[in-house]
Amino acid sequence: MKQNIVIIGGGIAGLEAAKQIHNLGYQTFLVEKSDHLGGHVASWHRLFPDMIATKPLIKDMISAIKGVTVFLETQVNDVEGVREGYRLSLSNGINITAQAVLVASGFQLFEAQRKEEYGYGIYDHVITNADLEAWMNGNKDQRIPAAPKAIGFVHCVGSRDLKAGNSQCSKVCCMTAIKQAIEMKERFPNAEVYCFYMDLRLFGKKYEDFYINAQRDFGIHFVRGRVSEVSETIDGRLQVKAEDTLIGRPLKVQLDTLVLMSGMCCNPLIQKLAEQARLEIDSDGFLKSRDNITNIIESGREGIFFAGACTGTKTVPETVAEARAAALSIHNYLLQND
Amino acid sequence: MIKDGKQKIWADYQKEIPDDHWYYVRSCIRQNFFPASEKMFLEITRNVLGKDIYETPHHTTCGGIAYHADTIPQETAMTMIARQFALMTEAGYENYCPSCITSFGNYVETLETWREFPELEAKIRENLWKACKREFNKPKYLAHTSDLIYHWRDEIRKKAKHLLINKETGEPLRIVEHIGCHYSKMFPHKGVGGAEYPYVLAGMVESWGGQVIDYPERRHCCGFGFRQYLVKANRGYSVSNTHKKFESMEPYKPDAIITNCPGCPYFLDRWQYVIAEQTGKTYGENGYGIPVFTYEEIAGLVLGYDPWDLGLQLHQVAVEPLLNKMGVEYDPKAKYLGLNKEDLMRPEMPNSIKCC
Repeated sequence: MKQNIVIIGGGIAGLEAAKQIHNLGYQTFLVEKSDHLGGHVASWHRLFPDMIATKPLIKDMISAIKGVTVFLETQVNDVEGVREGYRLSLSNGINITAQAVLVASGFQLFEAQRKEEYGYGIYDHVITNADLEAWMNGNKDQRIPAAPKAIGFVHCVGSRDLKAGNSQCSKVCCMTAIKQAIEMKERFPNAEVYCFYMDLRLFGKKYEDFYINAQRDFGIHFVRGRVSEVSETIDGRLQVKAEDTLIGRPLKVQLDTLVLMSGMCCNPLIQKLAEQARLEIDSDGFLKSRDNITNIIESGREGIFFAGACTGTKTVPETVAEARAAALSIHNYLLQND
Repeated sequence: MIKDGKQKIWADYQKEIPDDHWYYVRSCIRQNFFPASEKMFLEITRNVLGKDIYETPHHTTCGGIAYHADTIPQETAMTMIARQFALMTEAGYENYCPSCITSFGNYVETLETWREFPELEAKIRENLWKACKREFNKPKYLAHTSDLIYHWRDEIRKKAKHLLINKETGEPLRIVEHIGCHYSKMFPHKGVGGAEYPYVLAGMVESWGGQVIDYPERRHCCGFGFRQYLVKANRGYSVSNTHKKFESMEPYKPDAIITNCPGCPYFLDRWQYVIAEQTGKTYGENGYGIPVFTYEEIAGLVLGYDPWDLGLQLHQVAVEPLLNKMGVEYDPKAKYLGLNKEDLMRPEMPNSIKCC
């Protein structure tokens, strides 16, 4: 009889792991709370550094999990340790006894309206990075004018922010801001584009090239300083105040659209899952790995594994690599216990 | 502007305000700047609304001006505050309402500091005992007096004789609301509506028929800024901040400004004359300035009090344009008559800004 593996979360970590685990010959169940697979990445337009279109990527990932049993709009109601492994009760009424469980529940985008001074949900032309990607995917958004003269990006919205309760760097926002700034400049060559940052954390393959291109080839203005407040002018534009810390002067600009780079926060659902499965939460609020060097994909409990942003902020390549590693670790674990 | 978004924020920043029995403390400076405002607060709350508001002549300054001017240490200010609380305790009250925004900020800061550092509270209690053999309970509720008028705004509306509506056009009057910096910028959850989009004055304006203007420099300091003005060499910063605000609000053509801080109405009012002298520019209609009011003065006008009993003749910027729009009856000849009808004499009128 095939052994059962349950994967919680149908984002890119869950999809990649499902493919690998299924290919290794296990009966694989994928449980996703929303009505579609692909997670946050599915709603993104293109991915850095090679500007790969997201839709075909996700489509390929989904088509690669034929044979995996997928439960959409389903949550885990309970996890109980049993002799064979874990018994999971799902919200669709199905119970599964699994020999191993992979948690790939991902992250939650910071709710930008919590940074009240930026006026998301108050001023007509303030949007988030996710809103901009949706617009690039063809969704209409009246908050983005037909011909903007000036566009701003605010880095670290809800990231590295103790007052917002999230002290972690989200890793991908700096690079996403640069990617989106370039994309906007390509669409609106006459617009001035500003990036307001506190540090630029660009560590990945080709990231530095992107940054140089943004300045040299696209003329994007990088302002080292936090935005202090946003307000609306009488003609409906945005007045943005910031400090340019490199020249030591306050700065005030008028923009047509302001994009807030909402950071990654731990998924609030993991708190419930952690209680159900008796998993530990780390000091950063994410799930706690056995250790953060060589066993990041292993939980403190036998037979429960992690992949992706449930243990911390991750890039897409890191997430996919972790998913593959988790699949192999589960395989080795089951071989040892066979 | 998305009104729903503001309403969501306002819903997050509501505070419990008991309906009666308040211990009241005055501001150090408001009686000099806008002499009838505190009197009007007591008149409205006690005689119009029938509330129990207790006041004692034994209270002192909270030390706020000295504290924010860096001339006394925090422990000294805290000990003065402890004495104020002792007077409240001795009078048998547990709800405390200061008239001054800076005092309110100081009280909040002190209570929050004591909550974080109980050992400091113990030391202040010891200081107070050594200084004057007094003991105190901390207030159960702390509210600024504008919180109370906000709390009773709809009761005032029910008794209104005039509304913030243009008598000629029937349109809502366009009102700039300016919140004192110490009201909620330090502790957003202690103010009605929070720090970024405070609702305390906006709620009054809406209840009394006016329209609130949200302009780009709404959050900016009035110009007082304590050391910006108190240090004489810095006064250029003070007037330039005020100038920035008026330049920003000018396109919205405000009919009036409502404030809840001792310093703000003073500087927004007086600096309009200085700006007019320096630049020749005025921001109201037909060479007038934009009249600036305290919330008690606006409440008094809404309730039908004589504008000269509200002390409006002591404003630098003429208030008559707003009185005319609201349809408030007034006797121009009585403007400079004292309570006993004695002639107070006329102030010298400037040429740079039109005054009545």
